[in-house]
Amino acid sequence: MNLALTEEQQLIAETASDFMQEKSPVSRFRELRDSGDVVGYSKALWKEMAELGWAGIPFPEKNGGAEMGMAELITVLEAAGAVQAPEPFLSSVLLAGQLLDRMGSEEQKKAYLEPMIEGNTCLAVALQESGPRYNPAHVAARAERDGDGYRLNGTKAHVIDGHSADALIVSARTSGETAGEEGISLFIVAGDAAGVTRTRQQRVDHRSTAIVELSDVRVDAAARVGEEGAGLAALRDVVDLATVGLCAEMLGGMKEAFESALAHMKEREQFEVKIASFQALQHRAVRLFIEIEMCRSSVMAAARALDEDAANKAQLVSLAKARCSDAYVEVANESIQFFGGVGVTDEYDVGFYLKRARVAELTFGDGNFHRDRWATLRGY
Amino acid sequence: MADIETFRSETRSWLEANAPESLRHARGSSDALEGHWGGRNAEWATPDHKAWAEIMADKQWTAPMWPTEYGGGGLSKQENKVLTEEMGRLGLPAPLTGFGFTMIGPVLLRFGNEEQKKEHLPKICRGEIRWCQGYSEPGAGSDLASLQCKAVREGDEFVINGQKIWTSYADKSDWIFALVRTDPDVKKQEGITFILIDMETPGVSVKPIQLISGKSPFCETFFADVHAPVSNVIHEINAGWTVAKALLGHERTMISQVFGGATGARKGRGRLVEMAAKYLGEEEGGRLADPVYRNEVAQMEMDVAGFRYAAQRMNDEAKAGHQPGAESSMFKVVGTENNMKQHELMVRLAGPQGIGWEGEGFEDDELDLTRAWLRTRGNSIEGGTSEIQLNIIAKHVLGLSG
Repeated sequence: MNLALTEEQQLIAETASDFMQEKSPVSRFRELRDSGDVVGYSKALWKEMAELGWAGIPFPEKNGGAEMGMAELITVLEAAGAVQAPEPFLSSVLLAGQLLDRMGSEEQKKAYLEPMIEGNTCLAVALQESGPRYNPAHVAARAERDGDGYRLNGTKAHVIDGHSADALIVSARTSGETAGEEGISLFIVAGDAAGVTRTRQQRVDHRSTAIVELSDVRVDAAARVGEEGAGLAALRDVVDLATVGLCAEMLGGMKEAFESALAHMKEREQFEVKIASFQALQHRAVRLFIEIEMCRSSVMAAARALDEDAANKAQLVSLAKARCSDAYVEVANESIQFFGGVGVTDEYDVGFYLKRARVAELTFGDGNFHRDRWATLRGY
Repeated sequence: MADIETFRSETRSWLEANAPESLRHARGSSDALEGHWGGRNAEWATPDHKAWAEIMADKQWTAPMWPTEYGGGGLSKQENKVLTEEMGRLGLPAPLTGFGFTMIGPVLLRFGNEEQKKEHLPKICRGEIRWCQGYSEPGAGSDLASLQCKAVREGDEFVINGQKIWTSYADKSDWIFALVRTDPDVKKQEGITFILIDMETPGVSVKPIQLISGKSPFCETFFADVHAPVSNVIHEINAGWTVAKALLGHERTMISQVFGGATGARKGRGRLVEMAAKYLGEEEGGRLADPVYRNEVAQMEMDVAGFRYAAQRMNDEAKAGHQPGAESSMFKVVGTENNMKQHELMVRLAGPQGIGWEGEGFEDDELDLTRAWLRTRGNSIEGGTSEIQLNIIAKHVLGLSG
């Protein structure tokens, strides 16, 4: 494992950062929020990002991808996190795209993965249900054999980008009881299929998830992704990938919130001096700086461990997510304090980072969840 | 690459032929501060340790990367790495260690004149002279540049009067490198000189300091009309602050290495988990019985692992040509604080067994732990307090003025 950026990674990072700053400053996200938009992101910008190759970074060349890995993808996600770009990397590339790449048939890849890589569609994975927090084995939704196909019934929740996705990969039981490890299968269904009802869930960060109700949704056997009952292991794998992707986004967000607060401290005068001259603030700022540096190392290590399929990869995912979860919230809280009164106004952008920090913290497990997982993985 | 492989095989056979049997695979801690320090009154764990130091000094491998004319091995970075690996393969301890190698040696190589290098470096390499550092004074801690230990020039000599404090191992050392005030009338940083003093010079006296842990390597060092030749000044008179700053960087790096890598086994159960299991119990399957301590143990292990990856990133970036900035300050803060938190957690895990001072009712490990915990309270103070490190980062990295 090498934790320095290669020249190629450096180049991708710079390109992504320049693109995001130019095409997607935070004001763009603010406009999207205020415009009553129903999609949740910009389809035009998603297409542009895909044309730069970013939606295809981890996928095979034969499907239109770049055959690179998490080490490259996280540089793009960090740039997106810095400007609060809400384009569907997590849902489409890291969750659904990776499931299709690992489990999908050639037909499914052609029909769903390739158009997503081209930026023409958005995909979502309906893996959670209300109640259990982060356990992908908690599946009550059922898929019953119906002739040569299946009939799906149940309710999924917190489906990232689920309200506007063109297609959904749904986890449902072909056998076993709720929370059992066996019997979870995956099916891909069109977002507008008969029997699918989607309700947008408004979250505090102004991004959207959906409740997806499945009522006698009839699918062919060809809609099953992977073998019957083989869904859980794959879901766990892609959730780990998405977790590290989310960590990279969080890293970009915390760095930007921190730097904006630093800039403010160097401008703002009280008692006839810049507030940056106060040691009470300086030391707190340095603590945040150190924490962000520590997060960066952990996220880079986790991404490389996943790429290298390292034996301790799951541990490193938890290391990164625990650290980023705690750090992003702390950095956002402190940054608001550094801004003072204007920090809690809607006019200033720093509030966006606090809201996103909380949502990201509570997505794919918070610090306590991942400390528990770390301990379990290490046998205690 | 062929050359390096030749070097490896030669090194391997030389070590196989020359390293004492009794020292193979007997390596304890890899801490940079442990081991044999040499000196006029050197103490050796066994005669083989003494022999090993002599064998390696003859081979000029006690300071493998220093130039050969000063007793070093003249090895490249790559060759040094091979030597370290091959010594590791046999589980051999470092033959010699100490502030000669880690502090004054690098300073002499950078700032010393030819005579000074010829005089002092070979003696370090052979373990003949043990060095200590005279920086802090009772009135000059974090504000080191306000130091007052006075050196007045009389012909070819300086006459030194004053006191140093926190002089590690002064009672066992042969020479001291010290910062002294040579000009009281200029800006405080500009009147300081870096000078070498033989501890056997009349007027030098040493008094050990007892810490809250009950023992300590630290001393007070007093100078009463101590004469030292002007030729013992390193760099220029009144330019000692430049040398001091360079050396403080070495010291921070050394401290962070010592504390950073000390714990957190990568594989198997680490010491924290073993202790939690011993004192708080475990369930069938090995899960720790106390969920609150389990979370704390995980947090601690993750902090240590996070530090390790941060250190690796710094090394990887340095190899890729990135110039390090104020990283040594950051690592000093985090490394020492991790070490302190870890010791506190271990004492709390041991519960009533963690608070023994001496005597009956406590295991030796438990008594050692209590003392070690108390000793760690100095970690965030020695070598520049955490607050001073935060100041350095605030100013030099974040550009926060004032």
